[in-house]
Amino acid sequence: MREPLIFDQGRPGRRAPSQAPAVAAGTDDLPAALIRRTPPPLPEVSELQVVRHFTRLSQLNFSIDTHFYPLGSCTMKYNPRAANKLAMLPGFLDRHPLEPEAHAQGFLECLFDLQEMLKAATGMTGVSLTPMAGAQGEFSGVAMIRAYHQARGDTARDQIIVPDAAHGTNPATATMCGCDVVEIPTGPDGDVDLAALRQVVGPRTAGMMLTNPSTLGVFERQIAEIAEAVHGAGGLLYYDGANLNAILGRALPAAMGFDVVHINLHKTFSTPHGGGGPGAGIVAVNDRLEPFLPIPIVGRRDGAAGHAYRWLAEAERPQSIGRLSGFMGNAGVLLRAYVYMRLLGAEGMRRVSGYATLNANYLMKRLAAAGFTPAFSQRRASHEFIISLKDVTRDTGVSALDFAKALLDKGFHAPTTYFPMLVPECLLIEPTESEARQELDAFAQALIEIRDLAFKDAAEVKSAPRTLPVRRLDDVRAAKQLDLTWQSRADSPAVSPR
Amino acid sequence: MPFIPHTTDDTAAMLGAIGARTIDELFDEIPPALRVVGLPGVPVGLSEAAVTRLMRERAARNRATLCFLGAGAYEHHIPAAVWEIATRGEFYSAYTPYQAEASQGTLQLIYEYQSMLAGLTGLEVSNASLYDGATAFAEACLMAVRGARQARARRIAVPRYMNPVWLKVARTLVAGQNIELVELTATAGRTDLEALADLGDQDFAAICIPYPNFLGGFEPIDELTNWAHARGMLVIAACNPTALALLRPPGEWGEKGADIACGEGQPLGIPLSSGGPYFGFLTCRKALVRQMPGRLVGGTLDVDGRPGFTLTLQAREQHIRRSKATSNICTNQGLMVTAATIYLSLLGSEGLRRVAAQCHANTLELVRALASVGGITAPSAPFFHEAVLTLPWPVAPVLQQLAAAGILGGYDLSADFPELGSALLVCATELRTTEDIAVYRRALAGVLGVAVAA
Repeated sequence: MREPLIFDQGRPGRRAPSQAPAVAAGTDDLPAALIRRTPPPLPEVSELQVVRHFTRLSQLNFSIDTHFYPLGSCTMKYNPRAANKLAMLPGFLDRHPLEPEAHAQGFLECLFDLQEMLKAATGMTGVSLTPMAGAQGEFSGVAMIRAYHQARGDTARDQIIVPDAAHGTNPATATMCGCDVVEIPTGPDGDVDLAALRQVVGPRTAGMMLTNPSTLGVFERQIAEIAEAVHGAGGLLYYDGANLNAILGRALPAAMGFDVVHINLHKTFSTPHGGGGPGAGIVAVNDRLEPFLPIPIVGRRDGAAGHAYRWLAEAERPQSIGRLSGFMGNAGVLLRAYVYMRLLGAEGMRRVSGYATLNANYLMKRLAAAGFTPAFSQRRASHEFIISLKDVTRDTGVSALDFAKALLDKGFHAPTTYFPMLVPECLLIEPTESEARQELDAFAQALIEIRDLAFKDAAEVKSAPRTLPVRRLDDVRAAKQLDLTWQSRADSPAVSPR
Repeated sequence: MPFIPHTTDDTAAMLGAIGARTIDELFDEIPPALRVVGLPGVPVGLSEAAVTRLMRERAARNRATLCFLGAGAYEHHIPAAVWEIATRGEFYSAYTPYQAEASQGTLQLIYEYQSMLAGLTGLEVSNASLYDGATAFAEACLMAVRGARQARARRIAVPRYMNPVWLKVARTLVAGQNIELVELTATAGRTDLEALADLGDQDFAAICIPYPNFLGGFEPIDELTNWAHARGMLVIAACNPTALALLRPPGEWGEKGADIACGEGQPLGIPLSSGGPYFGFLTCRKALVRQMPGRLVGGTLDVDGRPGFTLTLQAREQHIRRSKATSNICTNQGLMVTAATIYLSLLGSEGLRRVAAQCHANTLELVRALASVGGITAPSAPFFHEAVLTLPWPVAPVLQQLAAAGILGGYDLSADFPELGSALLVCATELRTTEDIAVYRRALAGVLGVAVAA
């Protein structure tokens, strides 16, 4: 099953005429030197060809709507259709972002309510919705931490501490904010090595970034001691909300001692991943950091005639770290999260973490009973857990990567592999609350079958996948013989499928 | 229970397998002092019908208007097929295509997108998207500093009439890395070439040239490109993608062409949507590809020699390179790129050129119509898609009265650019009709108290 490039499906002069103005308007008043001499190389195809091509491309994908997708740390739960439909109501969709506030009260009210619910879910006192993905939320958090120290004249604090199991965005963000990264190890039971942390905190500590539960799938039990160590040294504590799904409605980051948190709305609050975005990485803070929140923020004025909502920007937020987007962030994503949260309510949010954790612990127990090795078998799983295939790899040569590809052939998206890097041959498995027990059982059965086959016929497992549009791809070739555009294929016909 | 499939029996059997009595017991590793039982401040859950009613009521309170406002976001026609297909579950609910064999649809689509954007900008390489135009501009600045010939150059020259919000965003994002954005002097709405000499021999990594600039006018693209290259600087083009169907692409500026192009992708099939999600595009010459932030899709072969697509050059990215990555970006704007690729396929080069030409013709008609109202001055230099009118009165109250009449009259430039006086930035896309323009003209004349012929 292969779909030719859209460029290879066209014929010169073919168009979808109903999609453009019928008459080509003159442009004689523009200087001739500014006019494009050769048209851009866009496809020349009919509307049906376009619809068919992209429908077929969509069918080459795995997605939540078509497959179990237990991708650890990514929270691939069901994305309710209602959220999409209601965020796309014309009253939201057709609004120019610079419309007067008086024309946008319904929209602003949704965002204001969302801010309030996110404060409740984190225990924080201030929220900005503007960061457009988790990494921008992280940027905001670290920039706020820096601004806080600077505002106090505490200018020597330029180090951000991260555990070795942290997401790559944590150290990359620290660098973007001009900070040095100090990595600390994890102890044998999955908690942060507290002694190592106490060694590195000091007058250069700006803050520490922590995910809790961690990317190892366990709750950091010494969080109070960690907060004390970081705060005692004058630093602030950053909560990476990637795993908030595990504790929603059960523990509040603010109470754990965190000063700032970002939440990936495209994880916990079920907005779609869209094949790689758009996300939303809202930030919530306590009073210390509130003045530094990125702008704009939605404010409310209460009057005799009811509430009036408005944007708070530069004039009212003089200490803000500033703007992060051309307008106000990923509004449509925020609306989808808002719809989801209203559908869940407080009880529904607590159920999310309850059943996500139930599913993870059940699947971990089931796999352990079948002889797989959980990385932290003595611990409760959070909403996700790690299986190490080290022994199977040693005995058969079949690696975590091979398991991942073999799962695809069995109709399951692979778990996250080789992350966190400190567990060898690992699968990070996050089933989410929206999967039924029989789906988990079928997944466990698939892993058992793959392992059995690994002992019988390792080469067979290593040859997976066989049922997908392509088999394993040559990544080295992709990087060495760069083929990044259709135009480039004219230069290197060897790659061309034509 | 919304979105949770467990029956009571399921739950009991699963707890039994775990060896726990209740779900709450599964949280026993959280120190008791940290546990909460409720979320005061979050209302009770509603049915889909009730939430639908709530959202319809709120959407209806957002007043519909006749839009002559651009300033970075433009109301274009979006073919029905674009979002019908982009919101198919297989695109909508897929993750980043890390498992290439299970993501060939998204990967091929991004490859096609990269080809289209490289072609539109006249450059060789495009990434898979950034968050929006403003952050694409910021990333272009960071990329230029990394790719600069003079290793220590940390200044970027920026014309006066760059999008003022983009400039703020870029300053937020580059502040931590000691990069300075230096504003160039302008006369008559564009960069003053003679004033460039005042920069002396300061080290600059790059110049960014907006195209068209925030006023809808044209910078001296060829002169600035050649000037920058002669000084060893890189050239960043910040472009409106619709305009590129009609106007000379950055790859053909000056003697050597621009090195990097960036911009706001919203005009390519993305609804105004109250401010987002949009997407940022970023393209460059091949020599700079390793400085590129974000994801890149490349073609390759599978073990049977069949062609396929995969993410490539991932050693630039945060999940591999961690603190040494080119950017911290991870999630980008994938679904927006899906829509834009469908949009560009439906329009084709002739369709997109017609959209651009019609936007221009409509803005020209708008400017002529409004300038026929007494006291309003039209711009004298060429413009594209957007133009500056000078009013005899302060702009803000005029816009307020127009808004009360249901017209978004444009963008008030006086706060950002006081030197322009009572300046109003107007825009008419291909969707505005002669009738719409007549409505605006009559309303404006009414506000200004000028009698006009109907």
